[in-house]
Amino acid sequence: MRVTCTVNGTTRTADDVWEGESLLYVLRERLGLPGSKNACEQGECGSCTVYLDGTAVCACLVAAGQAAGRDVRTVEGLAPEGELDPVQQAFLQTGAVQCGFCTPGLIVSVHDLLARVPHPSDPEIREALAGNLCRCTGYEKIMDAVRLAAGSPTEAGTR
Amino acid sequence: MDFMTPSTWADALAIRADRPDALPIAGGTDVMVEMNFHRRRPGVLLDLTRIGDLTTWAMDGELLRIGAGVSYTRIIEELGDRLPGLAMAARTVGSPQIRNRGTLGGNLGSASPAGDGHPPLLAAGAQVELASVRGTRLVPIDGFFTGPKRSVLAPDELIAAVWVRPADGPEQFSKIGTRNAMVIAVSSFSLALHPGRREVGTGIGSAAPTPRRATEAELFAAGQLPWDTLAGLAPDVARRFGELVAAAAAPIDDVRGTAAYRRHALAVLAQRTLTWAWRDLCG
Repeated sequence: MRVTCTVNGTTRTADDVWEGESLLYVLRERLGLPGSKNACEQGECGSCTVYLDGTAVCACLVAAGQAAGRDVRTVEGLAPEGELDPVQQAFLQTGAVQCGFCTPGLIVSVHDLLARVPHPSDPEIREALAGNLCRCTGYEKIMDAVRLAAGSPTEAGTR
Repeated sequence: MDFMTPSTWADALAIRADRPDALPIAGGTDVMVEMNFHRRRPGVLLDLTRIGDLTTWAMDGELLRIGAGVSYTRIIEELGDRLPGLAMAARTVGSPQIRNRGTLGGNLGSASPAGDGHPPLLAAGAQVELASVRGTRLVPIDGFFTGPKRSVLAPDELIAAVWVRPADGPEQFSKIGTRNAMVIAVSSFSLALHPGRREVGTGIGSAAPTPRRATEAELFAAGQLPWDTLAGLAPDVARRFGELVAAAAAPIDDVRGTAAYRRHALAVLAQRTLTWAWRDLCG
């Protein structure tokens, strides 16, 4: 089947989509957007987190057809080409990226958290990121990154 | 496989009646796992996310009617004041991403013995609205589940909504697992106090082939709680309540825990939740 949706502000169409396919597969394998990572395929790890109509979801648990006509925003679309979102910048500055596999999902989850709660407490950060697994166990650096992003003076202007 | 996306409830019911091989999908948090791991290959994926009515809730007389497509996140944010027990359970579901997509109707449709939404619905005496082209029926929640991942849902029926009376007293929910997030309950328990009619509601999760009430424990607590004086909860009443809840379970040994551990945990959960709820009531 054919699936058309808005991805990072652009109308995109994927053909020959299998009816049981996930949005994650469409993004990675059909639309050339490999930022969202494929790990557990069961919603455990959060590495495929994207926005669907403004809500953070696991792309592996969205059927491709459910995304038709909807607005999808991936980690590739958080900042204009060649620029970094303040959350991405904070991850770099604090060394919160180790192997990097979990990073795109965490970036989207943190982006979502700070949009809802601009100045989260540590328990709020931990709760918000409970569905994103990092197996390098760089969680403390990730906490640092969120705190930095939350305090970043550039944050208010860009989010 | 076909992918069908009805935009009205009537169309969805017609497809369901026509295609017994259809698998309804809403939030996808269960269905897509089965698809991704090649466990299910239905003839039709019947997408229910375009049916607006399913994602609404409203008071109807004295009861709340919660559309089957309302997400856990919305239950927490919009219904936490009216259904505190259900909202507490919803907060323990998965992660933010899962709560954003997972629905109460999907929880019932999967009918897992470990479904987090089930114990509070049992404790609150909810009813499940099932619909088909033949008509609509209301099933009391304690008659909905028939076995592990099985329910009275007929092959041509869809889950439309849950009907439940807003809390008229303290409600509590507690769950045992290896961490706070992303956990399938080892055991869970929900309690509702109804001081107006001096009744107690219970719901046991993950400790029997189906979610179930602990009826003897309910009657015992209703008869023993000092409703008139609102005196402190007697330790022997709390202990006996826990014993009766544990006795109502029929747990098994599995990868998440042993039957003995589940019974023990349930007795503890029951005592704690009764203690918390009674304290809430007495102020």
